[in-house]
Amino acid sequence: MNRRSRVVRRFLHPGAWWLWAGCGAFVALRTTNPLLLGLLLAVVAYVVVCRRSDAPWAHTFSAALRLGALVIVIRVVFQVVFGNRIPGTTLFTLPAVDLPDWAGGVSVGGPVTLESVVGAAYQGLRLAVVIACFAAASSLCSPYRLLRSLPSVLYEAGVAVSVALTAAPQAVVSARRVREARRLRGRSGRGLRTWTDVALPVLEGALERSVALAASMDARGYGRRGSAAPMARRGAAGLTMLGLMAAAVGSYGLLDASAPFVLGVPALSLGLLALAGALLLGGRRSQRSRYRPDPWAFPEWVTAFSALAMVVGIVVAGRAGAVLEPSVQPLEWPSLPWAAAAGIAVGVLPAWLTPLPPMLATLDAGPTAPERRSLPKPWPPAAPSLSVSPSRAEAAP
Amino acid sequence: MIRFDRVSFTYPDALVPALHEVSFEVPEGELCLVIGPTGSGKSTLLRAVNGLVPRFTGGRLTGTVSVDGRPTEAWAPRELADIVGVVGQDPAAGFVTDLVEDELAYVMENLGVDPSMMRRRVEDVLDLLGLHDLRQRPLATLSGGQQQRVAIGSVLTAGPRVLVLDEPTSALDPAAAEEVLAALTRLVHDLGITVLVAEHRLERVVQYADRVVIVGGDDPAAVDAPSGGPAAGRVSVGAPVDQLAVSPVVPPVVALGRAVGWTPLPLSVRDARRRAGELRGHLVGVDPPARRARSGEVLARTTGLFAGYGSLTALRDVDFEIRSGEVVALMGRNGAGKSTLLSQLVGLAAPQRGSVDLAGSAPHTLAAREVVRRAGLVPQDGAVLLYHDTVEAECSASDHDAGLPAGATRRMLDRLVPGLAPDAHPRDLSEGQRLGLSLAIVLSAEPPLVLLDEPTRGLDYAAKHRLAEIIAELAAEGRGVVVATHDVEVVAEVADRAVVLAEGEIVADGPARDVVVHSPVFAPQVAKVMAPEAWLTVAEVVAALPAGVRA
Repeated sequence: MNRRSRVVRRFLHPGAWWLWAGCGAFVALRTTNPLLLGLLLAVVAYVVVCRRSDAPWAHTFSAALRLGALVIVIRVVFQVVFGNRIPGTTLFTLPAVDLPDWAGGVSVGGPVTLESVVGAAYQGLRLAVVIACFAAASSLCSPYRLLRSLPSVLYEAGVAVSVALTAAPQAVVSARRVREARRLRGRSGRGLRTWTDVALPVLEGALERSVALAASMDARGYGRRGSAAPMARRGAAGLTMLGLMAAAVGSYGLLDASAPFVLGVPALSLGLLALAGALLLGGRRSQRSRYRPDPWAFPEWVTAFSALAMVVGIVVAGRAGAVLEPSVQPLEWPSLPWAAAAGIAVGVLPAWLTPLPPMLATLDAGPTAPERRSLPKPWPPAAPSLSVSPSRAEAAP
Repeated sequence: MIRFDRVSFTYPDALVPALHEVSFEVPEGELCLVIGPTGSGKSTLLRAVNGLVPRFTGGRLTGTVSVDGRPTEAWAPRELADIVGVVGQDPAAGFVTDLVEDELAYVMENLGVDPSMMRRRVEDVLDLLGLHDLRQRPLATLSGGQQQRVAIGSVLTAGPRVLVLDEPTSALDPAAAEEVLAALTRLVHDLGITVLVAEHRLERVVQYADRVVIVGGDDPAAVDAPSGGPAAGRVSVGAPVDQLAVSPVVPPVVALGRAVGWTPLPLSVRDARRRAGELRGHLVGVDPPARRARSGEVLARTTGLFAGYGSLTALRDVDFEIRSGEVVALMGRNGAGKSTLLSQLVGLAAPQRGSVDLAGSAPHTLAAREVVRRAGLVPQDGAVLLYHDTVEAECSASDHDAGLPAGATRRMLDRLVPGLAPDAHPRDLSEGQRLGLSLAIVLSAEPPLVLLDEPTRGLDYAAKHRLAEIIAELAAEGRGVVVATHDVEVVAEVADRAVVLAEGEIVADGPARDVVVHSPVFAPQVAKVMAPEAWLTVAEVVAALPAGVRA
């Protein structure tokens, strides 16, 4: 079959990865079955490991896994301290405090049952898997690449978002430097003064960088007047806003079974129509062109197909009455719904049927020491690596 | 091509205009160099070319700036993107995308260039600037020189007829700076692009310039400033040779030419070397003055030091010591480990292996207050030391932090960068003035060991000269000074000992004269002119000449 696309390294279309990850997140939201969630997590992690590039942004996935673990822990702790008292096997008993009625009559502490802890862990796991899905998408393709393939009417809003996204990691770096600088001035200790000392320069630095970036973008033609009339421009912007809002309401209506029907399909359709109108109007006025747009070819179709298979699997399983939300009271060992599991398993196809991403950092064989700092570790570790090994070898004598 | 017509500009809330009645013209195809003392308004002038001043700064601009007949009052910067490319001081701050190739294409996407044309231009620019090996590299992994070349390329793909660069080499090591300048001259000579470039280290560019614009500063302490230069906020324009005769800032070869009365003045080492035969003849058998010998007590020492960040080792097995009363220059490529060594000496991080000894203790275990009394470090971006909203508040906070009598920091500041308004905001100061302020804050604590990381970045010759005087005074008071720098002229002026780092290892450690003179990269201009004799600075040469030879 399409052997050539396997051989030539290229980035997969970002839309394909985001579709795949979005469907994964959808599946995760539909179930608390730990077997399905575990399978999904394994599939997502395997694809990331096989198909992520060696660029700096490709290293968010392990951080997301740690974040997910933290989410589970927090969810369980909250359940233990504040949660509903589900009767069942008591693991241990915390001293109970009943808050008065005006505080909502919440009870704190009391007997902690195995059932409540397991239920909380299921829900935490579901959230962790959703986080992992989105982290997978951002590891597999850079946020900027996704932005580039957006229709031009969304592009300008998208750039604002991407600037905001880069601000966070830069703020972390700048906070570290400011803390070091405090030490150089002979200030140590904690308290309010530390916060003002660190926060103000970090904020000022972020503002300055934003202004510098804005100046650079402006000087490079960002937001040039197109040939279209101002009316069309404003019309497109208005339609975009309206469409996004309607689409948001519509999706909410679809997910929440108790919402009135009009908030579901009709609102979503209205939103999509408005967005399409905005695209048409905006596309006409835009004079942007695109450099080497990512193609949508066989691997992209495979990815999209596997994404849909995951969704179809879980929906079919749900219709057939499979246990997507296993009971915790009484506590039962969850069974594996075969249709859903098969769908999720299809989601692993992109790990084999998509092209490898280009090698980025290792193209140039001789970076100097501090450059290596920002270079990622090669994956898998046994892969031929031109970039990192000498310093590693030295560091572990 | 670029035309300033009676342009005056005043920043918001400023009393004095930054530019005053500036009129000049740069014809097509010229390389025009903008020089002037620290804080004189060079950046303001450059950013006015495409209207970033006043559109991104506020303030009031009168008169007309026009490029290729388009006045900036009617044309916003984005509408000028097809004819003017502007590259700022910090290239990384202006990057929008994350891969080299995308960054190069960004401006063309905005201009709506046809895709096949875009593809071709990106290839052309990759070749022109020698970036083809880097095309798919993430921008964050590039070195300083590579980033600067990508920044130039990212405006060049639009096919501009004017290129404006603000200190393109100020953060680069000598080799990377050569790389960028070579690319620039190629653009001027092969493509006929008009280039307007500001640069503090004139020795690197003045020989390539067709025209020099001097922006006058109101710096009372400018050394060797002959009368005839422009007043504050005004400019004078002319051929390089004439302009350098009156410029308040000149590179060492020109200073040497002035000192021995050569006319026309030499602009490059090559010019000077051709004339210097006689001069060298006068100095045969004369030994250059000796620098301070290593004698004092050891202030800090590292033994078998490995250090770095995370899994990266930036320093490997470094044995280094600094004694009181000596000035050590720390040299090496961008990223050779200079900054890591300095931060180890003040204990910003624990060593990975080996040990650091700062006056008897391991610095990373000491309290901050204790460290600043033993060693003071001015980091590379001196601005991170500043928290307060006026110069005065910074000074009094610093007096307070170090337990000094009121006014001590202010006096130190006046010695470095005189005449800063007490109510000025530190972020409104020029790069050089800001650095002066952070330097004053660190020096005010009177530490016996002073560490300076790239202190001359953004400083003009006068400010560098004052810095050199201060360093000499500090050494005379018995302090040890370590200067990590790319600036070979500063090394030539102040250093007793030079240490060269490469890939985290010390590759040379010895008297500054021996280390720098024979290195093609690290030798100062005077050493290149006077080779094979080991003279480093104009002052040394002039002092050794017989009285009749001096001008």
